[in-house]
Amino acid sequence: MNIPEPLRLVLFLVGTMAFVGLNAAYLVWVERKGAARFQRRPGPTEVGPAGLLQPIADALKLLSKQLIVPSGVDGTLFRAAPILVMMPAMMCLATMPFSEALSARDLNVALVMVFAFGSINVMAIMLGGWSSRNKYAIISAARIVSQNIAYEIPMLLVVITLVMVTGTMNLREIVEQQAGAFWNWNLFRVLSNPLMPVTFVIFFVCMLAETNRAPFDMAEAESELVAGAFTEYAGMGFGVYFMAEYANVVVGCALATLLFLGGWQSPIGVLPGLFWFLLKLYVLVFTVIWVRWTFPRTQFYGLLNLSWKLLIPVSLLTLVLTSITMKLF
Amino acid sequence: MLQKDIERPKPGTNETFVLNLGPQHPATHGVLRVKLTMDGEFITRAEPVPGYIHRMHEKMGENRTWAQFLPNTGRIDYLSAMTYTHAYVGAVERALHLEVPRRAEYIRVITSELNRISSHLVWFGAFLLDLGGFTPLLYAFDDREKILDLLEGVTGSRLTYCYYRFGGVCNDVDGAFLNGARDFVAYMRPRLGMYRELVTDNVILRQRLVGIGPIPVETCRRYGASGAVLRGSGVRYDVRRAEPYSVYPEFEFEVPVRPEGDCMARYLVRMEEMAQSLRIVEQAVAGIPEGPYLAKAVPRMIKPPAGDYCYAVEAARGRLLVRIVSDGKDIPYRVRLRTPSFSNLSLFEEASAGMMLPDALALMGSLDLVIPDIDR
Repeated sequence: MNIPEPLRLVLFLVGTMAFVGLNAAYLVWVERKGAARFQRRPGPTEVGPAGLLQPIADALKLLSKQLIVPSGVDGTLFRAAPILVMMPAMMCLATMPFSEALSARDLNVALVMVFAFGSINVMAIMLGGWSSRNKYAIISAARIVSQNIAYEIPMLLVVITLVMVTGTMNLREIVEQQAGAFWNWNLFRVLSNPLMPVTFVIFFVCMLAETNRAPFDMAEAESELVAGAFTEYAGMGFGVYFMAEYANVVVGCALATLLFLGGWQSPIGVLPGLFWFLLKLYVLVFTVIWVRWTFPRTQFYGLLNLSWKLLIPVSLLTLVLTSITMKLF
Repeated sequence: MLQKDIERPKPGTNETFVLNLGPQHPATHGVLRVKLTMDGEFITRAEPVPGYIHRMHEKMGENRTWAQFLPNTGRIDYLSAMTYTHAYVGAVERALHLEVPRRAEYIRVITSELNRISSHLVWFGAFLLDLGGFTPLLYAFDDREKILDLLEGVTGSRLTYCYYRFGGVCNDVDGAFLNGARDFVAYMRPRLGMYRELVTDNVILRQRLVGIGPIPVETCRRYGASGAVLRGSGVRYDVRRAEPYSVYPEFEFEVPVRPEGDCMARYLVRMEEMAQSLRIVEQAVAGIPEGPYLAKAVPRMIKPPAGDYCYAVEAARGRLLVRIVSDGKDIPYRVRLRTPSFSNLSLFEEASAGMMLPDALALMGSLDLVIPDIDR
C-alpha cells in the first residue's frame, strides 16, 4: 500500500493514541473482571453486557469531576505531570512493529528510544508526587526514584545481553531473526546464552517494578501511603495516571513480546502476524494482572534488596556468560 | 530471597516531620489517628490518638436498667459481640447467683467460638489487605458468610448479636443450626489448610512478617496486652484456661503459643486459634445436652445485691473484663469495661519506635485492633 508520508504519520498517531486509550480503558475492565474471578465474585455486571461499558461510565464520571488543584502546590508541575506520564507510552509504541507491515517508525535505535522515554514516565510520577506538597506523595516520590534506579540497571543489563546476541537495536530486525518455529524465539536461544529464560524472568520482574505493578506497587501502596503520588489528584488528573499505568503495562509487555517471544512471528505458521503479536501481548498482560491479585506487596527495602543483591548479580552473570559463549562459538 | 539476607536500612539523623496517619486512613481500619514523627520512612515516635468513636458505653450503662444495657455490649467490639455479651451476662449472673442451664452454656460456647472464628477471619482478610494482598479478604469473607448465616438463623442478627440473656440464651437452637455447625467444621478445616498453603507459606508474606515488630514479653506485661498478642510473645495465657468460665473446662483444646513475638507469631497464633475453635465447636455440638435453655428463676426486675462483681472472658482480641458495681437498684451504679484492644494499642508506641512505615503498619495489623473497642 502506498500512502503519502504525512497522511501515514497522522494515521499512526491517531492509531497509537486510540490503541493506548482503548487498552487503558479496557484493561481496567479486564483487571476488574479478572480480579473478581480470582476472588470468587462476578465483578462489574451492571453497565452494559457483562459490564463492558463500565470503563466508559468510569471515564465519564472522572471527566465530570472538578479538577482540584490544592493551594500550595506547584501548579505548573502539578498540571503537567499527568500529561507527561501518558506521553512516553505513546512514544514507545511508535517504534514498535505490530506486524510485518504495521509499524509507525522503523528506527535502528528503537531500543534506546524505548528506554529513554520509559524513564520519563517515572520522572513524571515523581514530579506529580513532589509537586503535590503532600507528605504521603513525597514519600511515594522518593520511593519511585530509588525503585526506578534499582530496577533500571538489571533491566538494561538484560537488554544489553539481548542486543549482544541479536547484534541489532532495531526491533523489526530483532523480530525477523526469530522467524520460524518457537524454538527460534530469543527466549529459547540457549546456545548464545544458556541463561536466556532467566533473562526473560528478570526482564519481566523489572518490568513489573518499572510499571509500579504489584507486588512492587510501592508508589501507591494504599495501605501505607493512601494513594501515594496521586493522593492530591482529583477527577481526570487521577484518571490519567490510572490509564498511564495500564498503557505502561502494555508497552512493557509489548517490548517483552518483541524481544523474547518472537513478536508477530507465528509459532505454527497460520493466522496473520498481528493476531500473534496481540495474543502474546495479552497473555503477558494477563500474567501481570494475575500476579497482582495473587501476591501480597513486598516491603520497600525488600524490593531494593531483591534488585541489588539478586537481579543485578544474576544479570551481570548472564552478560559475562553471553560474552564467553559468543567469543567461543 | 531468604529472610536473613534482607538488609534493613538504618535511620539517619536527618530532620523529622510529623505524618498524620488517620483518622481516615486505609490502614487504621476505622477512625484511629496515629501521630507519627518520622525520620524519612522511619518512625521515631508513634502517638495513638484514640477517641474519635467514643460513644460513652460505660456511662450509658449507668443510665439504663441492667437488661437494657445488653444490646450495648454487642456494639463495643462489633466483631466479637457474643463474647462481650457473655462477659456482661456472666457478671450479672454472678451477682444474682443465677444457675445457668447446661444446654444454655453449651449454646453459648458454640456461638462464641463461631463468633471468634468469624472475627479472626475478618482480621485475616484485613491484615492481608494491609500487606497488599487483596484476594484473601474475599475468601475469608466467603467463609465468614457461612458463620453469619448460621448465627442469623438462631439470633436474628448478623453482626451485633444480642443473644445471651441473664440465665441463658433467648432462643433454643434447632437441629438445623447444630447440623450447620457440624457441616461448617467439616468445611472449614480444609479451608484452613488451603490458607496455610496459599497464604502462610507465601515467600513474600514470610518476608514481610518474620522478625518484624517483635514485642518482648516485658512490654506485653507492662501494657497489659492479652490475647494473641500476648500468646504470640510466648505467654500461655488464655482466660478460657487460666480463669475457666462457662463449660470450657469440659472441652479439649490447646492454647496456641509462639515464643518469637514477631508479627508472624501473632499471625500463626490466630490461625491456630481458628483450628482450636473448630475443635471446641465440634465437641460442643456432639455433646450438647437436652434441657431448658433459660433459667427458670430469673427475676423480672433485676436488682443485684449491692456489691462489686467481675467476670472475664477470652474475647477474640484478648481478655475482656466486665466489672459491675451494684448499689441494689434496678440501674447499675457502674459498668466498667476492660477491653483488650485498648491495652494492645497502648504498646504500639513503644513497639513501633524505629520501625519503617510499612513494617509498623504490619505490626498494627497484627495487633488486630477494633477501634470502637478502644474508644468504647
